[in-house]
Amino acid sequence: MSGLPGYFWERRGEIGALAGQHLALVAISTALAVAVGLPVGVALARRPRVARPVLAFASVVQTIPSLALFGFLIPLPLIGGIGARTAIVALLFYALLPILRNTHAGITSVDPAIVEAATGLGMTQRERLRSVELPLALPVVLAGVRIAAVVSIGLATIAAAVGAGGLGVLIYRGIATVDNRLILAGAVPAALLALLVDGALGLAERRWSAWRRA
Amino acid sequence: MIPAVQFEGVRKSLGDRVVLDGFTLEVRSGETVALIGPSGSGKTTALKLVNRLLEPDGGAIRVEGRDVRAEDPIALRRRLGYVIQEGGLFPHWNVRENVETVPRLLGWPEERRRRRAEELLEMVGLPAAEFAPRRPRELSGGQRQRVGVARALAADPPTVLMDEPFGALDPIARGSLQREFLEWKRRLGKAVLLVTHDLREAFRLADRIAVLEGGRLRQVGTREELERSPADAFVREFVAQGIA
Repeated sequence: MSGLPGYFWERRGEIGALAGQHLALVAISTALAVAVGLPVGVALARRPRVARPVLAFASVVQTIPSLALFGFLIPLPLIGGIGARTAIVALLFYALLPILRNTHAGITSVDPAIVEAATGLGMTQRERLRSVELPLALPVVLAGVRIAAVVSIGLATIAAAVGAGGLGVLIYRGIATVDNRLILAGAVPAALLALLVDGALGLAERRWSAWRRA
Repeated sequence: MIPAVQFEGVRKSLGDRVVLDGFTLEVRSGETVALIGPSGSGKTTALKLVNRLLEPDGGAIRVEGRDVRAEDPIALRRRLGYVIQEGGLFPHWNVRENVETVPRLLGWPEERRRRRAEELLEMVGLPAAEFAPRRPRELSGGQRQRVGVARALAADPPTVLMDEPFGALDPIARGSLQREFLEWKRRLGKAVLLVTHDLREAFRLADRIAVLEGGRLRQVGTREELERSPADAFVREFVAQGIA
């Protein structure tokens, strides 16, 4: 193992390119999950009776083994097939639950007295959402995005199985050739990436919740 | 003169509980009326019917002569001041932004909003230079309540609704706010409908007191009228206990 840094350095070009692919898969799927999860989460917060079954269903989807989900997606038209698209759709499914759940939790946990004040002062439902509920829910929503992104970085290593590239390529190749160094060349950068994204989003979260601290 | 607020035979149930029944009351222009009664007597419900946070099941409510149902609730709320317990301030906005809420909704230009906010903060004893940039968390309960009052008055509404405005304060802060309330009242001449569970506060602040019990108005009158000729045993008892 002594030569591991040197081994990584030799392969820095390939590792860098695959890490870029990896990050792109996660960024696109997480962004799509926010685009879907945020409005749906808000809508669910307004409809408590619908929210329970929808959140329960989303939890069930979450329990499908990731490798199986990739397998299910491959034969599907439009969203399936071999390549990045399938991987992005699968990652989107996994990223959706934390974002959905946290948006719902964030909005429903805003102090009802504050919501009533906003309404009583004459805000429309839209104004109230935009200028009161979403800003107050933001730290919780961002925590959901952070969980989604970090989980996706781990899951995205499996994307290599459907030919979507990313750091999983090195891991699969390492497994196939029984080469631990190659496995680590995929796994270590993936772990570092997860830590980095976790830190960056954590920072954003604290920044946006600055009002909480007096 | 057209009354500021008028309830006429108002009935309201929440679930299968009748919260208000046959409720008729008038708040005259420039007058302060206190709604008082034990908890569950319907006083907060009556207040929320005025700005349509609740809708009545029967009867009519008029604000400055206009039936509230004939008006867009958003426009109605913007021309009514609204103060709630503990201020109900937006925690992510500073004091200035909180006070400017309704003027901003009404689309006032920034300069006018700013001047108005400063003027009001001055009036409630929180000079803008010092307090405008602070967050609600950085204020005491009494200061938050003052900001709540300034916010309600920002767009200069002729009528102000107050729901237990000084209820959560310690006796000293409460006393000084009550004193100042009378001073603001004298200067601004607003009609005020005030919900309280504290008879002393009602006697101190209001021109007339409406005693509610079990969703019915037992009596409305001045302090002297309630003390000298209570309408029934409930009012007599309520007044006697409230003073004691």
